[in-house]
Amino acid sequence: MCSVQVTAPMKINPKAPGISASLPAPIPAQLSTQAAAAPRHRVDAREDAPWVRFIVVAVAVAFMGLFVVLPLACVMTEAFAKGVAAYFAALTDPDTLAAITLTLLAAAISVVANVVFGVIAAWAIAKFDFSGKNLLIALIELPFSVSPVIAGLVFVLLFGLQGYFGGWLLAHHVKIIFALPAIALATIFVTFPFVVRELVPLMQEQGTEEEEAALSLGASGLTTFFRVTLPNIKWALLYGVLLCNARAMGEFGAVSVVSGHIRGQTLTMPLQVETLYDGYQITAAFAVASLLAQLAIVSLIVKVVLEARLERD
Amino acid sequence: MKKVLLGVTVSALLIGASFAGAARAADISLLNASYDPTRELYANLNDVFATKYKAGAGKSIEVKTSNGGSGAQARAVIDGLEADVVTLALSYDVDAIADRGLIAPDWQSRLPNNSSPYTSTIVFLVRKGNPKGIKDWDDLAKPGVQVITPNPKTSGGARWNYLAAWGYALKKYGSEDKAREFVKAIYANVPVLDSGARGSTVTFVERGVGDVLLAWENEAFLAVNELGKDKFDIVVPSLSILAEPPVAVVDKVVDRKGTREPAEAFLKFIYSEQGQTIAAKHYYRPRDSDVAKAFADKFPKLDLMTIGDFGGWRKAQATHFADHGVFDSIYQQ
Repeated sequence: MCSVQVTAPMKINPKAPGISASLPAPIPAQLSTQAAAAPRHRVDAREDAPWVRFIVVAVAVAFMGLFVVLPLACVMTEAFAKGVAAYFAALTDPDTLAAITLTLLAAAISVVANVVFGVIAAWAIAKFDFSGKNLLIALIELPFSVSPVIAGLVFVLLFGLQGYFGGWLLAHHVKIIFALPAIALATIFVTFPFVVRELVPLMQEQGTEEEEAALSLGASGLTTFFRVTLPNIKWALLYGVLLCNARAMGEFGAVSVVSGHIRGQTLTMPLQVETLYDGYQITAAFAVASLLAQLAIVSLIVKVVLEARLERD
Repeated sequence: MKKVLLGVTVSALLIGASFAGAARAADISLLNASYDPTRELYANLNDVFATKYKAGAGKSIEVKTSNGGSGAQARAVIDGLEADVVTLALSYDVDAIADRGLIAPDWQSRLPNNSSPYTSTIVFLVRKGNPKGIKDWDDLAKPGVQVITPNPKTSGGARWNYLAAWGYALKKYGSEDKAREFVKAIYANVPVLDSGARGSTVTFVERGVGDVLLAWENEAFLAVNELGKDKFDIVVPSLSILAEPPVAVVDKVVDRKGTREPAEAFLKFIYSEQGQTIAAKHYYRPRDSDVAKAFADKFPKLDLMTIGDFGGWRKAQATHFADHGVFDSIYQQ
């Protein structure tokens, strides 16, 4: 009984260097120390008194209910407050359809950009050594610590009419700010780290042996990438894409700064929710919000599936 | 994996194509950068104007609108928002755009009535039955009263609110120092500064925050008549300010886009009898004397100061709302 409870949390990674090398039989060794200690000391939360367990679980469930389930239920209730017909009428409003299209487009662009950049950057970081590598890693993480509003303002400063490239862009009839390019750029900026962060640890762990083997057997660089590297990282890559997509569709602050708020043209779904709400169209606002909520739920389900696949690999 | 990437790219391109196609529905597309509470007014004006223009010029036209705090909208146009016309809350915000060379310096004399086709004023919106007994500006400075007003840095309505309070105090107490203390006491009662007038109205009306909303008259009427006669009352103070929201064609944009003719036609339409009636229906005070007469009983009569009493908008802006101005000094302490 005791040994079963102890082994589960003590899973030892056979790949981890050091343990397997220095300890020929690590699992029995770990077991014996834990087993000896078990009768006198609690080693597992599951041995707490039932009422403690009950309270801990109840608090967790209540928190989830209060902060996640209740707001979500609220969104759905408000969205359908005037009935199913009003719900679909709100979603098929031309301005709202334009917002949905723009959101999908901006998310698609940022996912593609992040996949391309993410794989290249992760490859560089995981498989090569070069000076400035730590700086590159730090820069990739930067969007997590920069306020999205600042991220948006950066693009206004660069591409706005008074910005560094504003005059040139105007003279060449290139529209970036207050249009799709700026919205896509701002979205890419805030979603930058998601793909790289998923890939780097995995690629580092996998090392370069398989690629070297493929190359030594005469495969070209591209073939090696598509036949060896990509299959090895595909689940982590999809996981990164999922997180990136969810964030891209939900981004508010950075996009708000560069959007220009033109109804039916430069409003993404989160901005459309705000505009509808400010226009006293509460039901319509919640209908669009419910779409974002549904996206979150779908993302969650796909995430659980992907995590299971990642675990298996 | 290749297929997934390919699929994503193709669908992105398809969506992009349909998006670009949808954007080119009308022959002419105008953009109106407006201030926060004009959403309903311009939604109405845009539609009627489009019908009229199609009948007259034979081309279909679509007027798109962008709404936000007046100062923030001016900033966006300065930063490159390609608005053919601006319809803002106060003339300083148009001056700011003119100062960057996007609008001719003489813009205000190009259309009648200082280029403001409708006026408004600042009134109080309180909870039904006026539980805090708010009658005039003095009641806003009392402890325990929560006042909702937007941020004067970004909102035009907020600047009218501020100046109305300042002008009242200056007249009643007779000195700049007293006026400063008075306005400071009011802002000490403000729990949240939204960036635009509509944001503040939503805070007061939908979120139920605050005892009194300093509101555009049109915004207060809209809240009472459209959202609940049984929820709010309008309180008209003894003294307020004549707000003149100006309109202007953005010369640099219309000349580049070749839209000067429809843009000017749109602004002239607001001055027409039809446009003035639409404005009055949305609780903006019309300039046209006939329309004004027809709607006379809709608007309360009250004493109004003008921006001239403050030396004009440029002076008022520099004194009160510029960085390190009076507002900064009273709000930071």
